[in-house]
Amino acid sequence: MKQDRSERLKKAFAAAFPKTIPVLTGFLVLGMAYGVLMQTKGYGAVWSLLMSAIAFCGSMQFVAITLLTTVFDPVQAFLLSLMVNARHLFYGISMLEKYKGLGKIRGFLIYTLCDETFSIVSSVELPEDVDRKPFYFFISLLNYLYWVIGSFLGGLVGSFMTFNTRGLDFVLTGLFVVLFLEQWKSKQNRIPGIIGIGVTALALIMFGKDNFIIPAMAMILLALILGRKKICS
Amino acid sequence: MQLTSIQTIITILAVALGTILTRLLPFILFPEKKQAPKIVTYLSKVLPAAMMGLLVVYCLKNVTVTSMPYGFPELISIAVIVVLHKWKNNVLVSIVGGTVVYMLLVQVVFV
Repeated sequence: MKQDRSERLKKAFAAAFPKTIPVLTGFLVLGMAYGVLMQTKGYGAVWSLLMSAIAFCGSMQFVAITLLTTVFDPVQAFLLSLMVNARHLFYGISMLEKYKGLGKIRGFLIYTLCDETFSIVSSVELPEDVDRKPFYFFISLLNYLYWVIGSFLGGLVGSFMTFNTRGLDFVLTGLFVVLFLEQWKSKQNRIPGIIGIGVTALALIMFGKDNFIIPAMAMILLALILGRKKICS
Repeated sequence: MQLTSIQTIITILAVALGTILTRLLPFILFPEKKQAPKIVTYLSKVLPAAMMGLLVVYCLKNVTVTSMPYGFPELISIAVIVVLHKWKNNVLVSIVGGTVVYMLLVQVVFV
């Protein structure tokens, strides 16, 4: 039995790891950039590690640098974090079914549900002979570790980097584009996909690049609900 | 460091709390054992595609189309990804191809 279990875990890992390789690249680069930036503000590698491991919120951590370099205001930090991370609400709704009945690891999956993990889990089919539970667990765990380790490394060695990484962070844009194309394969996803791009672009033009996410989410929600009959048919 | 260590830790926890709430709330509102309302089930099916569109635009938010290089590196690289993906249908090949093209464009071509 025990042999069997470790075999199944290995199989799940072998299926999960390749899916996370783009995130490995993107998170190491961006995580390191974050660690370097923190360093320049007087926060060493351990602080980057703590922020990444505890808060684990990518772009919000970059925003939070400004919070760490100004007057102490935890309430503002909390509210800003709610707003910047509001998109997670939609990830949770999308994952209600997929994350059902996963027992103990469910809490961890929810705690680490970032853009990239959501994108992979919602776009990739579970391979047929692979267990759902360890598969999702490894995707979440690997993405989490990439970010935490990347930001720690950035704080440690970032300033000595000589390789020109300019543009390498495009891997994450690439990841989202490709997963968008994966969604596009099923016909019923096409109208929602067009709504997502069109409405967000509209919100970006209307509200500017610092304030468009929440209006975009509201408009997407409205469009999806109003267009329900058309989308379902 | 402008804040004290304690203040920094409290700030980290405040940011974490905000993040956790946004991730956890849907699972609290619609618990496993109860059937979620129909509209929520519907949304859970259509939101992933819509949010993938949102994330693509989100990644491109800093692109300026009114001055050099007019968003061409992004446009060209995304076109490369789309073509590669139609052709090879391999997630990694498409992403690596698009990223390499993008890096060449921003480091060598549009300097």
